[in-house]
This record gives sequence, C-alpha cells and structure tokens, in this order.
Amino acid sequence: MQAGAGKTTRRELLTAIGMMGGTFALYQAMTTMGHAAETQFAGPPNLKGARPGASVIVLGAGLAGMLAAFELRKAGYKVRILEYQARAGGRNWSLYGGDTYTELGGATQKVGFAPGNYLNPGPWRIPHHHRTLLHYCKQFGVALEPFIQFNHNAFVHHADAFGGRPVHFREAAADFEGGVAELLGKAIDQKALDQEIKAEDKEMLLEALRGWGMLDQDMKYARNLRSAEHRGYERPPGGGVNGAPIPSNIFDFHDVLASQVWKNMAFFMNHEMQTTMFQPVGGMGMIGKAFARQVEPLITHNAKVTKIFQDRSGVKVTYKDTSTGAVSDAHADFCVCTIPLGVLNQIDKNLSPKLQAAIQAVPYSNSVKIGLEMRRRFWEEDYSIYGGHSFTSQDISLISYPNNHLFGDGPAVLLGAFASGLGGYRLAGMTPEQRIETALAQGSIFHPDSYRKEFMNGASVAWNRVPWTLGCCARWNEDTRKEHYQTLVAVDDRVVLAGEHASYVGCWMEGALLSSIDAITRLHARALEA
Amino acid sequence: MKSLMVSAAVVTAMAVVVPPASARPAPPAGPAQERGDSAGNSTLLKPPETGEQVYRQVCQACHMADGKGGTGAATIPALAGNPRLASPAYPIMLVVRGRGAMPSLTDLLGPPQIAAVATYVRTHFGNSYTAPVTVEEVKPFLPARK
Ligand SMILES: Cc1cc2nc3c(=O)[nH]c(=O)nc-3n(C[C@H](O)[C@H](O)[C@H](O)COP(=O)(O)OP(=O)(O)OC[C@H]3O[C@@H](n4cnc5c(N)ncnc54)[C@H](O)[C@@H]3O)c2cc1C
Repeated sequence: MQAGAGKTTRRELLTAIGMMGGTFALYQAMTTMGHAAETQFAGPPNLKGARPGASVIVLGAGLAGMLAAFELRKAGYKVRILEYQARAGGRNWSLYGGDTYTELGGATQKVGFAPGNYLNPGPWRIPHHHRTLLHYCKQFGVALEPFIQFNHNAFVHHADAFGGRPVHFREAAADFEGGVAELLGKAIDQKALDQEIKAEDKEMLLEALRGWGMLDQDMKYARNLRSAEHRGYERPPGGGVNGAPIPSNIFDFHDVLASQVWKNMAFFMNHEMQTTMFQPVGGMGMIGKAFARQVEPLITHNAKVTKIFQDRSGVKVTYKDTSTGAVSDAHADFCVCTIPLGVLNQIDKNLSPKLQAAIQAVPYSNSVKIGLEMRRRFWEEDYSIYGGHSFTSQDISLISYPNNHLFGDGPAVLLGAFASGLGGYRLAGMTPEQRIETALAQGSIFHPDSYRKEFMNGASVAWNRVPWTLGCCARWNEDTRKEHYQTLVAVDDRVVLAGEHASYVGCWMEGALLSSIDAITRLHARALEA
Repeated sequence: MKSLMVSAAVVTAMAVVVPPASARPAPPAGPAQERGDSAGNSTLLKPPETGEQVYRQVCQACHMADGKGGTGAATIPALAGNPRLASPAYPIMLVVRGRGAMPSLTDLLGPPQIAAVATYVRTHFGNSYTAPVTVEEVKPFLPARK
C-alpha cells in the first residue's frame, strides 16, 4: 500500500499513537497494522542501583552467564563467574588448527586445519531477527558477514528418488512447484473446486499457477523455455552462433515427490531459517571471545560446580578445581545458574522440589558435526557451489560449504555432517576416525571425483559426549512446557536459572541471551526487595 | 525414587506409537517436540534391530563402546558391571522414559528392540543376568495410547 499525497502516512500515524499512548500502544499498533513483531528484545536491560556490597555468583561462562555478569556488574553488583572449562563461551565455540579436544570416553583429537580455517561444532548461523545477539555483537565489536543459507545450485539426495542420484535443489524444487501448479490447474478446470472458490478468485488463482509454476498456455508444466527459467537449461543461453538456449528435461513427478524436496523448501521458510543470516568473521567462537573480553577478570576457570546451597543468609557454591583437585566454597547473596540442565540435574542442590523436578524433566537432543579440510574448493571450482547446503537422506544429513574466502586458493573446511536423531547417535558412537571415514563415504555421493582425493584432515564433535553439556540442547515439548516451564524460569528465593533451556527460542544463542536478560531483571527486583 | 515418579507423570501424557516400517508416515505421535537449529531434511535410515545393533547404533553414543560411560562436568553412568541391571525393569524404564539429559528413545525403538537391547546390556559388559527380556515385560512401561 502506498501513502498518497495528503493522506496520513503510516509513520505519521505511528508517531501520533506513540505520543499519545506510549511505547506499548505503539508496539500494539505496529503489530495490528501488520508488522509482525520479530523479536522480544527491547534493548539492553539498563539495571541500576544495586544495594552497596550486594553480590551475585554466576555459574557457567556461556553467553547467558557472561551477559548476566556483564549487566549485573554494570548495575553495581560484585560478580564472580565459575566455569568448568579453561575456555569461556560454552556452546559458542570454534575449533582451529592446533586445538585439542577430548570427548567423554577419552578420545582426543588434535585439529590439523590450516591457519584461519575452523569448524563450528555448535552454533553456525544467526537469523537477521535475533536482535539481542546482533546488538551485543555490535557493542562488543564482533564483525559479521553473510551466512549463505539458501543455494539453489546445491544438491538434494534421497536414496529412494532419481535412482539414488543427487539432483540440484533448483531442478527438484521447480518441478515440485510446476507439478503441483499443473495438477491444481486441472482440478480447477474440471470444476473440482467450484465449491471451494469464487469465480473471480478462480481466475486469479489460475493466473498465479501459470506464473508461479511456469506453466505454458495450455496450463502444462513441460520441457520448454518457461520451465527452464526456473529449473535450468540443457544448453544455457550464450552468445553468437549457438547462443539460443535449449531447455532441460523435467523430472518424473514420482521422483520429485519421493525426493521429499518439499521438506527442504519448507525448511527454508521457517522464520528462524530465512535469509538474511550471518556468521562472525573468523568463526562463531569470536562471539564468546568478545563477551569474554568484557568479563574475563570475573571468571574462575577449571571450576567444576558440585554443590549449590541457599539459605536465608545467601548462596554457597562448592566447586572443585579440575587441575589441582582442590575443593572450595564461594559465597554470594544471589546466584544466576546457567549450567545445562542435564548437568545441573546431577549437582547436589537444595532448590525447591518443584524446580528440581523441572530440571530433571527436560532431556537433551543430540547432534554431530564433522569438519573436513579439503585441499581446494572443488565445489566452487568444479560445481559453481558457493556456500549453502546439500541435503542427503544418509546419516550425515547434509554437507555445507564454507561461506567465507570465496574463490580462495588453498585448503578450506567444509561441514561434512550435521546429524541428529538416529544418524547422530550412530556417528556419536563411533571413534573420531570412523566418523571421518563415514563422512567421506557418505559425502562422496555429491562430489565423487574430488571428495576423497582432496581430503586432508578432519575433526568431529558429538554433542552426546561433550563433557560439559551431555547433549546438544534442551528438548522441550508441549507437555513439559505446560508442566514445568514457568517453574524453571521463576526465581527460587536467591537462585535463578538462565540459558537457552530457559527460553522459547530453544537451541539458539538468542534464547540464551533473552533468558539471561529476563532472569537478571527479575533477580535484581528480588534483590532490591530483600 | 521420587525423581522417577515425576518423569513417569510426564511420560504417561505422551502417546507412543511405533509405526510399521511399510506404513505411510503418520504425523508424529505424542506432544509436539520443539526443534531449534536443525539440518532441515529427512533421513532414510535402516533402524537397528538386534540388541547388539541397538546398543552400537544408539546407546553407545553416550554409554561408550565398553559400557563404561564417562565423567566430565557430570557423569554418564556405566552399564558395565552395574548391579541395578539385575532388574529388567531398570533398563526398560530408562529407555522408555529417559532420565535427566537422556531422552525417551521410543521414537527410535519399538518394544522388540527395547527388549532386545535390555537383554543385550544385561548379558554383556560383565553383567550376566541371562534370562531374556521379553516384549511382554516392556509393554507395561509404555504409556497408554491417547
Ligand atoms: C549442534 C548445535 C548447533 C547450534 N546451532 C545454532 C545456531 O546455528 N545458531 C544459534 O544461535 N544457536 C545455535 N545453537 C544453540 C546455541 O549454541 C546455544 O543456545 C547457546 O550457545 C547456549 O548458551 P548458554 O549460555 O545457555 O549455555 P552454554 O553455552 O552451554 O553455557 C553453559 C556453561 O556452563 C558450563 N558448565 C557446565 N557444567 C558446569 C559445572 N558443573 N560447573 C561450572 N560450569 C559448568 C559449561 O562449560 C558452559 O560454558 C546450536 C547448538 C548446538 C549444540
């Protein structure tokens, strides 16, 4: 809709509403006018006026814990963080050449990547509407670059379709839309939908089907230059004598359905998965490092929390120094606990029985990521694939191409697996060497000539075996949300939980940050009451 | 045991249906699971059948090839030489209901596979409770269908 001359523009109207009714009225007006709200972030919390000498102990130096520490210190609290690992950042993490990683069970990998190359074992992409995270990235100086989420030229592979051959996403998606458009057109033509649709809408829908599905004058989806505009050409347009394009054959509709390409198409439509997406320059771990620069002096590393005890006088946290074995107590007035629930569940603590039950009720998902360093960017040089994902029905689930240093020479790391469910368990149960072998065998379906030939070395992280989470992310469902969520997020006298598990943006960094802001805001109010 | 009763309450609310392999995939039963960051496609994987296959392809991810589990910030319990396995109810209950970080595995495993893997862990890793666990023993632990 365009604001014509003399009419009130939407912006003017909103300004007027904002002046009369304040920001909440403005927010409501914006949403009712059709701007779906994209975030609950209303800016940093700006807490002020802590009682002199009041102290908070933060458990865990992931993003939730470090943000809590940063904002609470600003509010005037004495803050200390206890962190199990020698590294801050938690699940926000990148593995670089020279790093070593030991998983539960004892397998140790020494990462052999060339300088600058990395694997993001956990988070790897940031939606444009995760405004809390983007806000702090900017504030803490984290450079972001585009994450190439959607690539029409990458592959879709399903063992039950196309004789097990991968096809380009573009071809399968175009044929799915074309096939559906043609069928729906036929149904309308045969008056099968006359009960459902008004005559004038019928005309509009037919026009839409023709335009969207690339149908010809006869409402057929066929091998011609129209379908080729979406699915690609047998001979692409060129110059001179042979400049005229030749269209490509369309696929058998059975194969298109069997490939389940619609799942990939629907995936890209998820709000969380829509472009534009971002990644930090130099690896996802740059975010954790930037947060740590703000709060590092507050962190005690190698501190394994073993006991959390609160009473009327305060909170006592017992922890063990994992390098010396020494056991100490830390005291504070209040506690923000961001330890993942599966771990927290095993810690001795005197929280309320309802909260203990909530902590215990939420299981963790699984996930395995594998980074493969290749001698050259054959996917770019030989296949014109620049970033994006190729999907497969095998255990590895997908391979994903690097989004940075496009056209570069020298080795590059591609993601050789992002597996969950049964495939994730299978890969997690393997030794690191077996995982790499499996990733090479399965990923070769896309790039048979180059995959093994160009492979140099690899690294893998199986989240089931990550010593400080025992899993990927909290897995809520409708029932556990109803029964336990409000208890889990409520302040329990002097202790409040925060982290991705204490949000409805589960398994996203944004959820960890939004949860943290909400938790410390309520804890601060509680502290001022005390 | 209070903790187990709590998770049991949660689980009885879930209807667990293991579809026959050939059937058209039904919408997932039970409460809608949330997802978070995920791969965004469908996999077509042959599920494990025997007790050993289930152990190697699922349980081993956490409990390790030798059944010894592991300890970091928290502990994955050992199944090796674990006296609690004397009761078949113990492994059945954990696989069906999960506990703490461990999820219910009924979306991956049907009653025959649960019985098979319970038998497997009770007869391996230094455990010698030789009576095979049966599907009949598993059934009472499955929540009633909604
Ligand atoms: C495979 C995978 C893919 C993901 N993809 C994305 C993505 O693309 N985009 C996105 O935004 N998010 C993604 N996420 C989610 C994101 O990583 C998390 O939501 C976020 O990092 C969680 O932050 P947190 O502070 O809640 O927890 P954590 O980062 O886990 O912090 C908890 C901290 O507590 C410490 N700790 C544990 N036990 C103890 C103890 N006993 N004593 C002391 N300290 C302890 C841990 O060492 C850790 O540092 C992904 C996660 C995974 C696993």
